[in-house]
Formats: sequence, C-alpha cells, structure tokens
Amino acid sequence: MSLAQIEIQVIAALVATACALPGVFLVLRRMAMMSDAISHTVLLGIVLAFFLTKSLTSPLLIAGAALMGVLTVSLVELLTRTQLVREDAAIGLVFPALFSIAILLITRFAGNVHLDVDAVLLGELAFAPFNRIQIFGVDAGPAGLYVSGGILALNLLFIAIFYKELKLATFDPALAAALGFAPGVLHYAFMTLVSVTAVGAFDAVGSVLVVAFMIAPPAAAYLLADRLSHMLIYAAAIGVLSAVSGYWLAYALDASIAGSMATMAGVIFLVCYLFAPARGVMIKRRPVQA
Amino acid sequence: MDIGQLFHNLFFDYTLRTVALGAAILGVVSGALGAFAVLRRQSLLGDAISHAALPGIVIAFLLTRSREPVVFLLGALAAGWAATLSIAAITRTTRIKDDSALGLVLSVFFGFGLMLLTFAQKLSDARQAGLDKFLFGQAATLLQSDVIAMATVGALALGTTLLFWKEFKLLTFDADYAASLGYPVRTLDILLTTLLVVAIVIGLQTVGVVLMSAMLVAPAAAARQWTNRLETMVGLSGLFGALAGVSGALISSAMEKTPTGPVIVLCISALVLVSLLFAPARGVVWRRLRDLRNQRRVRTAHLQP
Repeated sequence: MSLAQIEIQVIAALVATACALPGVFLVLRRMAMMSDAISHTVLLGIVLAFFLTKSLTSPLLIAGAALMGVLTVSLVELLTRTQLVREDAAIGLVFPALFSIAILLITRFAGNVHLDVDAVLLGELAFAPFNRIQIFGVDAGPAGLYVSGGILALNLLFIAIFYKELKLATFDPALAAALGFAPGVLHYAFMTLVSVTAVGAFDAVGSVLVVAFMIAPPAAAYLLADRLSHMLIYAAAIGVLSAVSGYWLAYALDASIAGSMATMAGVIFLVCYLFAPARGVMIKRRPVQA
Repeated sequence: MDIGQLFHNLFFDYTLRTVALGAAILGVVSGALGAFAVLRRQSLLGDAISHAALPGIVIAFLLTRSREPVVFLLGALAAGWAATLSIAAITRTTRIKDDSALGLVLSVFFGFGLMLLTFAQKLSDARQAGLDKFLFGQAATLLQSDVIAMATVGALALGTTLLFWKEFKLLTFDADYAASLGYPVRTLDILLTTLLVVAIVIGLQTVGVVLMSAMLVAPAAAARQWTNRLETMVGLSGLFGALAGVSGALISSAMEKTPTGPVIVLCISALVLVSLLFAPARGVVWRRLRDLRNQRRVRTAHLQP
C-alpha cells in the first residue's frame, strides 16, 4: 500500500464516522430525507458565499453552506406548519427549488470559475492526496485529512456534550420540552451540525453519497442494536468498514471510489437485513428447533 | 428578443417547439401521477426512484451496447421497480421507518450506478451514450422522435390511470376499505407505482434526476390548494405541470446560458408559492385576513355578562 492509498482510506474512514454519528439521530428521529435535502441545498450556500468572497477556499463557504442547511430546515418546517402540505411534500418542494437557483447561478455567472457541479455532487476522493497543506514549507499531509478530522472532532464533541439532551429529545420530545431542555434550540444546533458535516464530507464523497454515509450505516446498526450507545458504535464501525472495503472494490474495478463505498454500505446493510441476530429476515423465518 | 418573436418561435422554431412540447408532456404526465403520490404521502418516492434509475440505465447499456431510448427506458423501469420493492420490503419487515428506507435505497442505488458508470466509461465510449446527461437532463437535445416516444408512453400511462380511476381513488384515500371490498390492493399499489416510474423515466432526459422530484411534487402541491376533489386536483396538477414546462422552455430560450430544467423547476415553484398564498379558502393570505377580522370582531363586540 502506498502512502496515497493509506491517506485516502484514512480520510474516507474519518468522513464515514463523522457522517454515521449524526446519521444515527437522523434515522431515529425520522429525518433521514432531511439530510438528502440539506446535501443538495448547501450547494446554494456555497455558491452565494463564493459570490461574496470570490474565493473557493474561504471558510465563509462552510458558514454559508451551514446557514443554507438551517434555512432549508426552517423553510420545510414553515411550510409544514401552514398545514397546507405534508412534511414529505414540503421537503420535495424546498430542496429542488433552492438547488435550481444554485445551478442557474453557477451556469450563468460562474461558468469560467472552477466550481464544478459534478465534482460537488459526485466527489473525487482519488485526488485528495494531491491537495496538501504546507506548514513552514514542510509537508503536513493532505488538506482533506484536516477537514474530515475536524468535522469528526466537532461531531464527537457535540454528541458527547449533549448526549443526554439528544437522547431525550429523540425518544421523548414531549418530556424533553416539559423538563425545559429546549428541544427547539437543540434541534437547530443539531441541524447546523448536520449541514457542516455534509459540507465537510462534500470534498471527499460528493453530496449524493453523503446521504449514503449518513443513513446506510445507522440503518444497519438499527437492526443490530437496542441501545443508543451501541447503535452509535456499530454505525461508526459499519461506516469505516464500508469506506475501506469500498476503496478496495473501487481499486479492483477501477471505478468511482465514492460509488463503490456507497455500494459496500448497501451490501453491509443487506447482510444485516438478512442475517442480523434476532432481527434478520432469514433468522426470523427459520423454524424454531424442537 | 421581444415577446411576439418568442411566441412566433414557439410554433416555428424546431428546437424550441420540440423542447416546449416535451416539457409540456412531461408536465402533464408527472403532474397527474404526482397528485396520487402526494396524496399517498409518497412525495419523496419520486426522488428515490429517479436516483435509483441510474444503475438500471447503465446495466441496460452494458448488456445491449445500444443507445436506443427504449433500452434506457426499460433499464430505468426495472431499476425503479427494484428500488420501490426494496423500500417496501425494508419498511414492512424491519423497524426502519420509510424515510430511512427511502434515503438508504436512493443513495445506495445511486452509488452503485455511479460505480457501474465509471466502470463502463473506462471500457467503452459510454460518455457519448449520453449517460452523463442523466444528472441534469438536457432538454435542448430533445428530438422530435423523443417527443413522440414521450407522448406515446405518457398517453399509455394516463390512459391506464383513467381506466383504473375508481380503484386508484379508493387506494389513495382508504386502502383498508379497498382491501375489505376485495380489491387486489398490492397489485393496484404496484401498478400505480409503476406508472409513477414511467412518468419519472419520461422526465429524466428533460430535467434530469435531481430536479425530477420537483416535477412530481410541486404541481400536485399547488393544485391541492385550489380544490378538494381528486378529479379537479389531478387535472389542475397536469395543467400546472404543462404550464411550468412551456414557460420554463420559453424563458430559458429567451435568456443565454440558462439550462431548461432548473428554470422549469423555478416556474413550478413560483406557481406553488402563489397557490399557497392566494388560493381561495386555503391560501395563507386569506386565512390571515380572516383571523384579523375575527380578532377585531371579538375585540369590538360588547360582551354580555
């Protein structure tokens, strides 16, 4: 294994873990499709921040994307609260509209800039080792390593600090509100975290496959675990496993790394679906031994 | 370009006429079928199916090496179907909820398709097969023959919907009652979903995967605000879809460097916004006015002890 290969796998594993942790709460809170919406609309945040700063590397891009993620959530909730459309329809209305604005802005005003929609949507992990950070002229490793490590640290920190609050708000929102845990504030803080994670993971796996990493490992873990803490650990482990095995699948087929990682996440889910102890479809169907 | 010239082009310019006609057909079909999806709380199923079509299209290409739209259509249909059945199986047999099942199937199928696509591109001239148009669609490349194919398939789908109107209506509003009357609910469900897949496949070339979900949800959500009857809603939804399609095609042809798909989506989003605000009875503006009037009446009323 070359250094570049190791670096790619480490970045992918970090991203997978960083996505799986908030993903657990998305799956449990029935907000999985919100991550799909956010992963599309953050593009508009990036584009708008780019027009403001004229730079593709500014940290304001991440701020813009996070703001847009929160705006998406608020717009969906605003629409749902009018009771004129249901939540699923509201999601289906908001994100294509914001995404269309982003595409139009890019094609009309940023055509000659390197803001490649394909790259944002699909990602290209293979190039991650080439974008390196220099500290005092010394090579300090690829930039992707710091971005993915940063978002993982942020997620770990947030979940560790607010573990009790998140747990209560997820399983019993009414009790959380009654006890004064401010589930609304927590909810928006959490959705900001999801947006930041989605943007951070963009570079590595592209926006569509951020959804795969946020949902597939937690969904598989949901079939294995009965405790929140276990589900978090299993989801992270499954995420890392899909990232590493996906890398080698892509290597063998000479195909898209992100696509292969999502495929492996799907394969692992399928295995859990069929053979999970107690919950697997094949296990449940097996007749009881006399 | 002035408006008169634009409308002249709508009828006499080959490209614009083809694109506008294609977008209109897409709007009618996806609007009408989207109405059922929205009412059945399956608004995001369209999003999942359109992403999931990718591996079907790539596999169809790899198997046949053909670029006939029919081959792509069949591949997309098969994959969309497989995706729908997977979602149904996951939600029925595990404790995973429908939103997670949708997101899971959407992203995994799409990732699998992406893997196959990149694999195929290294083996052959797949890039020229138009596979990379899949994401955003390229309405400008529609040919008259494509539009005729869209119209035929669309007419078949709409005809089937009319044929099973009573059954679909019952399935949408009270599936349990339909089952108790002895209707084959599972079969009807699969049939209606298949029609939805057909509508999505028609739209892929025009607006692409990412924006296809809007074409299903938005016309229906707009139409819902104006009526409480299914007949009117489906009709209005188709009309709104067609209106957005044609106006999107016109606007994008009048301005430089504006892709058709996103413009169509913004047109239909504008229609939704107007409907949500101003539709009689349900509109937010009227409701707010009503509330204000009631408040004033309560405040000025002389309350009797």
